[in-house]
Amino acid sequence: MGATEVVISRPSVVSPFRAQLTITGRRLGEVWHQILHNKTAMAGLCILIFFVFLALAAPWIAPYGPLQPVNDAPALSPPSPQHLMGVSRLGNDIFSQVIWGTQVSLLVGVLAAIVASVIGTAVGLISGFVGGWVDDVIMRFNDIVLSIPWLVLMIIVAARLGTIDLLGIILVIGLTGWSVTARVIRSQVLSLKERMFVERAKMVGSSNTHLLLRHIFPNAFPLIFANTILTVAISILSESVLAFLNLSVRQNISWGRIVAEAQKNNAMTIGNPGWLIIPGLCIVFLVFGFYLFGYALDEILNPRLRRR
Amino acid sequence: MKSSIHDSGGASLSLLEVKDLVIEYTTQKGTVHAVDGISFALDEGEALGLAGESGCGKTTTALALMRLLPHNGRIIRGSIRFRGKNLVTLSELSIRRIRWKEISIIFQGAMNSLNPIRRIGDQIAEPILLHEGVEKQVARRRAGDLLEVVGINRNRLRDYPHEFSGGMRQRVMIAMALACNPKIVIADEPVTALDVMIQAQILELLERLKRELDLSMILISHDLSVMAETCDRVAIMYAGRMMEYGQTVDIFTGPKHPYTQGLVGAFPDIRGARTIPESIPGAVPSLINPPSGCVFHPRCKFAFDRCTDHIPSPSAVSGRDVACFLYPEVQEVSPRLVEAKL
Repeated sequence: MGATEVVISRPSVVSPFRAQLTITGRRLGEVWHQILHNKTAMAGLCILIFFVFLALAAPWIAPYGPLQPVNDAPALSPPSPQHLMGVSRLGNDIFSQVIWGTQVSLLVGVLAAIVASVIGTAVGLISGFVGGWVDDVIMRFNDIVLSIPWLVLMIIVAARLGTIDLLGIILVIGLTGWSVTARVIRSQVLSLKERMFVERAKMVGSSNTHLLLRHIFPNAFPLIFANTILTVAISILSESVLAFLNLSVRQNISWGRIVAEAQKNNAMTIGNPGWLIIPGLCIVFLVFGFYLFGYALDEILNPRLRRR
Repeated sequence: MKSSIHDSGGASLSLLEVKDLVIEYTTQKGTVHAVDGISFALDEGEALGLAGESGCGKTTTALALMRLLPHNGRIIRGSIRFRGKNLVTLSELSIRRIRWKEISIIFQGAMNSLNPIRRIGDQIAEPILLHEGVEKQVARRRAGDLLEVVGINRNRLRDYPHEFSGGMRQRVMIAMALACNPKIVIADEPVTALDVMIQAQILELLERLKRELDLSMILISHDLSVMAETCDRVAIMYAGRMMEYGQTVDIFTGPKHPYTQGLVGAFPDIRGARTIPESIPGAVPSLINPPSGCVFHPRCKFAFDRCTDHIPSPSAVSGRDVACFLYPEVQEVSPRLVEAKL
């Protein structure tokens, strides 16, 4: 094969460095640019950055350890300059507990969402791609999982296992939360499967594994990513509920557990309403932050929702 | 060098010889008789055109040549001989050795045939990696060579499809078809949906490649002007059957079959009087229930009683094959074959 006379050339507009990074074939920079100009995404991102900072800096910001008893104030004392949010029944500084709680909530939220996403993505990819009776069986099973109220299911699973540690909580939430993801991914795969380039790749002689991993998965990835972020919000809520119901290990001081403690000790009537309200607001804001960012990302990455 | 088009039976010199090919699709509405007994031959370095309206079996024929029919499609009868080997009966494993390395295809619809999130270079290298088992580096270098062959600078290997124009994407599809040095390239509507300037460039490129790489080409199009420019021989198809088959010049200057006459008449002549081109009344029949006799008879202004119950078999009429009872030399398809079809 020789060179030819006609060579269509074009000056390179995009630097090779930028050309490396892509999501959905569009420059990552472009996506980032869109995030910067999307108010919803930015609001969500600010909230997330705040809480991530709190979680990472907890050892330096929090005056006490999460389970470290304080000596200078009695148990259940109301807020004071030394203890901004008062002291708990076991003599721990509640302000420090809320800061440390960020770690647990974020960790459980993110890891459980990853577990749910990995399972949901695998199930969705296989179900959508293989089709036929495999799809039918998987989707009917998925319908069953979907039709069971997740909270009841989680309480049963958690109760069966007894009190559960951090890893257990992550697995319980992850293993019960993949059905929606599976459904979303499956429908995306069904639509991708009919696209011309998949047909072409098949005709070129690609194996099914190659088709799935090199053509379908990368095209579904933005959706998977946005979906994972939304799942994080659900997982954080689930963890709070499980902690509130005393189904998690006592040592995991998460926001849900702090709220449960406050509730048990009548925080409202002993003059320390912040004990109940502040961790509650933290849950609301963190979940809100993930929702805002997740939906905005979905809007940016999902071509059907993208504003023209 | 060119073998006769009426050459029948025995050893043939043609590179590819299709004989009496019948393909059906099973659908919920019934059996679709997509291709019904077509025959043609392709010599080395020759370009053959398959022309006809949409839905007349052109793409089905092309896919059958590569044994890439969708799962509900089946070759019922006939043979496809490539260098004497019958591709119809070949095992999947053996066909894989021919597919892409001997016969390849430029897909219809270049705009959507590229994965939007994979680099052009990786996509061109895909058939090379899959069929030749070479190193990634080698495949990538070859992909660069191929891009230059189709007239695109090789530094664009790392670009994504959305950075290419429609014409350039079509060039990429051509590069992909050439990836494993095939003998035959099937171009399925290579210039459809491109503007006229780009069409001319792509056709010129195909012609140059055919000459320089000594390719044989099967060009599928509904556009007769495309055929006239590039093909040595043309087969005019209608509703899955062959209407007329012969040298391009003969067919365009003196069409014999009423359908071909209609097609050639429907295509305006820039030097002629400014009149509205003639059209063929009616529509393409359903291939689930094709008309009895000659498939074209419901739309044919010359149709007579014989056309409604006898199927004309393509027979030699003034140096080409024509399937029309207007010519006394045309025979009918033998009753045995008709019965076999029912």
